[in-house]
Amino acid sequence: MPAALKQFTDTYLMWNEGYLIWISDILIALTSIGIVATLTYFKKWKWLWKEWLTSVDHKRIGIMYLIAALLMMFRGGADAMLLRTQLASPNSHFLTAEHYDQIFTTHGTIMILFMAMPMIFAMFNIVVPLQIGARDVAFPYLNAISFWLFFFGAMLFNISFVFGGSPDAGWVSYPPLTELGFDKGPGENFYLLSLQISGIGSIATGINFLATILKMRAPGMKLMRMPLFTWSVVAASIVIIFAFPALTIALALLMLDRIVGTHFFTMLHGGDPMMFVNLFWIWGHPEVYIVVLPAFGVFSEVVATFARKRIFGYTSMVASLLLISVISYFVWAHHFFTMGAGADVNTFFAVASMMVAIPTGVKVFNWLFTMFRGRISFELPMLWTLAFVPNFIIGGATGVMLAVAPADYQYHNSYFLIAHFHQVLIAGPVFGLIAGMYFWWPKMFGFKLDEKIGRIAFWLFNIGFYVCFMPQYALGFKGMQRRMYTYPAGMGWHTLNLISTIGAYIMGLGFLFIVVQIVYSIKYGERDLTGDPWNGRTLEWSLPSPAPHYNFAVIPTVTDRDMLWVMKQEGREGELRRINPDAIADIHMPKNSGRPFLMGLAFFVAGFGFVFNWYVLAVIGLVGVALTMILRAFEWDDEYHILAEEVREVEAALGRL
Amino acid sequence: MHKQSVKKWGALVTAVLAAALLSGCGPQYLVFHPVGPVGKQELNLIITSVILIAIVIVPTLAIFFFIIFRYRNTPGNKAKYSPEWSESKVLEVVWWSIPIIIVGILSVFTAKTTFALTRPPEQNVNPMTIEVTSLDWKWLFQYPGQGVATVNYCEIPTGVPVQFVLTSDAPMNSFWVPQLGGQEYTMPGMAMGLWLQADKPGQYYGHGANFTGRGFAHDDFTVIAASNSDFNKWVSQTKSSAPALTMADYNKLKKPSTMGTASYSSFPKGLFDNVIWSEGGRYMPGTMNMAGMASGNSTAMSNSTAKSGIANEASQSSSSNK
Ligand code: HEM
Repeated sequence: MPAALKQFTDTYLMWNEGYLIWISDILIALTSIGIVATLTYFKKWKWLWKEWLTSVDHKRIGIMYLIAALLMMFRGGADAMLLRTQLASPNSHFLTAEHYDQIFTTHGTIMILFMAMPMIFAMFNIVVPLQIGARDVAFPYLNAISFWLFFFGAMLFNISFVFGGSPDAGWVSYPPLTELGFDKGPGENFYLLSLQISGIGSIATGINFLATILKMRAPGMKLMRMPLFTWSVVAASIVIIFAFPALTIALALLMLDRIVGTHFFTMLHGGDPMMFVNLFWIWGHPEVYIVVLPAFGVFSEVVATFARKRIFGYTSMVASLLLISVISYFVWAHHFFTMGAGADVNTFFAVASMMVAIPTGVKVFNWLFTMFRGRISFELPMLWTLAFVPNFIIGGATGVMLAVAPADYQYHNSYFLIAHFHQVLIAGPVFGLIAGMYFWWPKMFGFKLDEKIGRIAFWLFNIGFYVCFMPQYALGFKGMQRRMYTYPAGMGWHTLNLISTIGAYIMGLGFLFIVVQIVYSIKYGERDLTGDPWNGRTLEWSLPSPAPHYNFAVIPTVTDRDMLWVMKQEGREGELRRINPDAIADIHMPKNSGRPFLMGLAFFVAGFGFVFNWYVLAVIGLVGVALTMILRAFEWDDEYHILAEEVREVEAALGRL
Repeated sequence: MHKQSVKKWGALVTAVLAAALLSGCGPQYLVFHPVGPVGKQELNLIITSVILIAIVIVPTLAIFFFIIFRYRNTPGNKAKYSPEWSESKVLEVVWWSIPIIIVGILSVFTAKTTFALTRPPEQNVNPMTIEVTSLDWKWLFQYPGQGVATVNYCEIPTGVPVQFVLTSDAPMNSFWVPQLGGQEYTMPGMAMGLWLQADKPGQYYGHGANFTGRGFAHDDFTVIAASNSDFNKWVSQTKSSAPALTMADYNKLKKPSTMGTASYSSFPKGLFDNVIWSEGGRYMPGTMNMAGMASGNSTAMSNSTAKSGIANEASQSSSSNK
C-alpha cells in the first residue's frame, strides 16, 4: 500500500486497530448496500422522499423517531454486550483499554441522547396531538427540523467509531481530561458537535410541544381535563426548555477551548473545570427527569386503561409531575458531593435530592390505588408497567441512599452507582417507552404486536435485568470502580461480574425477541379494525387506526377527563365515532418540505468539518444551513386545504359517516 | 399464567436480593468492613438509611403484590370493583406525609454526619498531614512532617487522624480507600482536604475512582497502617535507605505511565505547593495565600494543621462556583 494511503487508513479509518473496526466497517457497508439495493429494487426512492423524508406530519415524524430510537437501542445495546463481555472475567483482553473507553462513552451517550430522547419524542409526536384533539403540532415545519437535527447528530456521533475514533472520556466528558492537553483526537469533537446539533433540535421540540399543548387543545379540554400523558409532556417540555441551554453553553465553550484555544475550562490561564461540571449537571440532572417524566405519563395511561378504572388522585398526579420538574433543578450538585463542596452545600443538595422521592413516592401510591378495586388485565403494556413498579421502587430506594451525602462518598464512582442509574433508567424510560410502544403501536400501524413473542421478550428482559444489575450493587460495596476496562483477580469481583454478564446476555436476547416480534407481527399481527383495541379512555382511541392524515375530521368538544370512557359508560361513544357529514369543513394543513432534511444534512457537513478542523467543509456546511433558512424566509406558499369533499370520502371509506 | 408468573417473578426478586444481602458478610465487602472512624460513621449512616427506606418500601412492595393478585381480571373474581372511585383526601394526606417524615428524619442524620466528617475524627490526638498528588496513572504521597515521599503506597500510623491534602497534576481523579472511608476528588490547581484514620494495622486497598484515561484501571495504591513505633521505624528506614526525589524524577513521574511502588528519603522543597500554583492555583483567589500558607483558620475544617488552611479555602472557593 502506498505510504500516503496507509497513513490515511491508519489515521482516519483505524484499520491498524484490529478486527473490531473491520467487523464494524463490513457491517456498515453491508447494511448500506442492503438499504440502497432494496429501495432501488422496489423503486421506493420516490416514496421514501415524498412520504417520509419530507413529511411534516407528526405521526410520520413520530414513527421515524421510533425507528431511529430502536436502531440506537440496538447500537447502544451492542456496546453494552461488548463491555460486559470484556468484564466477564478478570484480566481479560477481549477489548483494549482504548476501545473499552470509547465504547462505554458511546454506550452512555447513545443510550441517553440518541435512544431515550428520540424514544420520548416518538411518544410526544405520536400521542399528544391525538390526545388533545389537534390536527398537528403548533409548528410542524420546526418539528421536522428537530427530527432531522437529531437524526444527523446521531449519525455524526455513530460514524466516529469507524472514522477518526470515538470520544473516550465518558458521557459526562469532564475537562481537563477532554481538553486538548490530554485529548488531541477528533473523538471528543464528535461528541461536542453531535450533541450540539441534536441539542438544538431538542430545545425546539420542547418549545413546540409546550406551545402545542397550551394553544391547540380541543374546545372544552381545560388544563385539568388533559390526560396525564399530555401533562407529563408539559412537565418534560418545561424542563427541556430550561435545561438544554445549559448544555448548549457548556458544549460551545468546551468546543471553543478545543478549536480556538480559549481557556474556559482549563485551570491554566484562569479557567475552571468545575464550571463545566456544574453546567453539565445543571442540564444533566434535569435530563434524566426529561426522559423519565413521559414514562410516568405512559404508566398513568396504561394503569387506568388496564385496571378499567379512573386514575386515582389526578390532582396529586399533576402536582407531583410539576413538583418533580421544579425540584429537579435543585439537585444537580449531588453528582459531585466529593468535589470539595462545603458541608453546608452538600447538606442542601442532599436534602433537596431526597425530596424528589416525595412526589415520586406519591405517584407510586396513586398508581397502586388506581389498581385497587380495579380489574387488572395483563396485556403487554400493563406487564411492562407492572414490572416497572417494584423495579423503580428499588431503584428509587437506592437513589435515596445515594442522596445521603456522606454515604455517597463511598458509593460515588462505584458499581453501586452504575447499578442504581441503570435501574432507574431502565425501569423508568426503557420500560415506560416499551409499554408506550406496545400501547400505541396499533394506533400507529393498525395492528397489534404479537402477545406470545412479546411475553417471552418481557420475561427474558426482566429476569435478565435483575441478574445483570443486582450483583453490581454488591460489586460497589466490594470497592469496584466504574469505567475500569479490566480488574485483577484477587478482589473477589469475578463471580459477580460473570453473573452480571450472563444477565446482560439474557437482556440482549430479550431485545432480539422484541425485534422478532415486530417482524412477525407486521405479517401476522392481529389487525385493529375498531381503532380501540384496549378499551381506551381518551380521545386518540376514538379515531381509526392508523389515524387519517388530518386526525380529526371534526374537532370534538371535550367534557370530561376520560372523555371516551365516559361516553362509553353513557352509551354515547358513537357521537365521537360517527361524523356528521355536514359538520365537515375544509381542513387547513401544512405542506411537506424537503428543506428540514437538507438543513440537517448541512449541519452534518458543518459538524464533520469542525470535527477535523477542515474549515472549508465547515463553511460549506454553514452556508448550506444559512441558505435553507433564507429560503424558508421567502417561502409564502407553505400550506394547503384538504377539501371537505375529500375528507368526506376518506371518512366514508373508514365507515365513519 | 398471570397469577403464577407474578408469583414466580416475586420469588425470583426475593431470591436475588437475599443472595446479594447474605453474601454481604464476607470480608471482601470493603465498605462493610471499615477499620477507622470515618468509614464506620459512613457505614452507620448507610445502615440507618437502609432501615428508614425499608420502612416505606417493604410495605409498599407487599401492597403492590397484594393488589395485582387480588384485583386481577378473572371471571368470578369477587373483589370489589369501583371504576369511578378516584379520590380520597385521607389516603392522599397519608402518602404525602409518610415520605415527608422519613425524608425529614434521614435529612437530620445526613446533615449531622456531613458536618462531622469535615472535622478530624479524633480530637485528642495530634493529626498528621500527607500531601497527595494524583498523576497519570500513579499516586505521589509527600509527608511534610516527616520529609519522606512515596509512590503508589502510603504508610500511616494507627489511631492518628490523617489529613490528606489532595491535588492533581493530571486530569481530575478521586482518592478512595474504601475501608478507611469515602472519597474526595483531586483537582489540578486546587487543594482539597479529606480526613481519614485507621484504627487497625493492615494493608488497605485504594484506587483512583474518577476516570482519567487509558491507564485508569491500573491506578491503584495501598495504604499501610502500622503502629506508631512501626511507622516511625519505617520513616527512619526510608530516610536512611531510599533515594531522594529530584525535580527530574518528578518530571518523569508526571509522564503518563503505570508503575509499581517507590520510596524517597526527601522531596524538592515546596513541590506540592508549586504544583498547585503552576497548575492554576495562582488564578484561584484564596486558594493560595502562598508564601507560608499559614492561614489555618475558619469554619469547615477548624482545628487542623496549617496545611488544611488551604484545603479549607480551596473547598470554599470551589464551592462558591456551585
Ligand atoms: C442491556 C442493558 C444495559 C447493559 C448491560 C449496560 C451495561 C453498561 C456497562 C457495562 C457500562 C459501563 C460501566 C463502566 O465500565 O463504568 C454502562 C455504562 C453506562 N450505561 Fe449502560 N447498560 C445497559 C443499558 C443502559 C441504558 C438503557 C442506559 C440509559 C438509558 C444506559 C446508560 C448508561 C450510562 C449513562 C453509562 C455511563 C457511561 C459512562 O461511564 O460515561 N445503559 N452500561
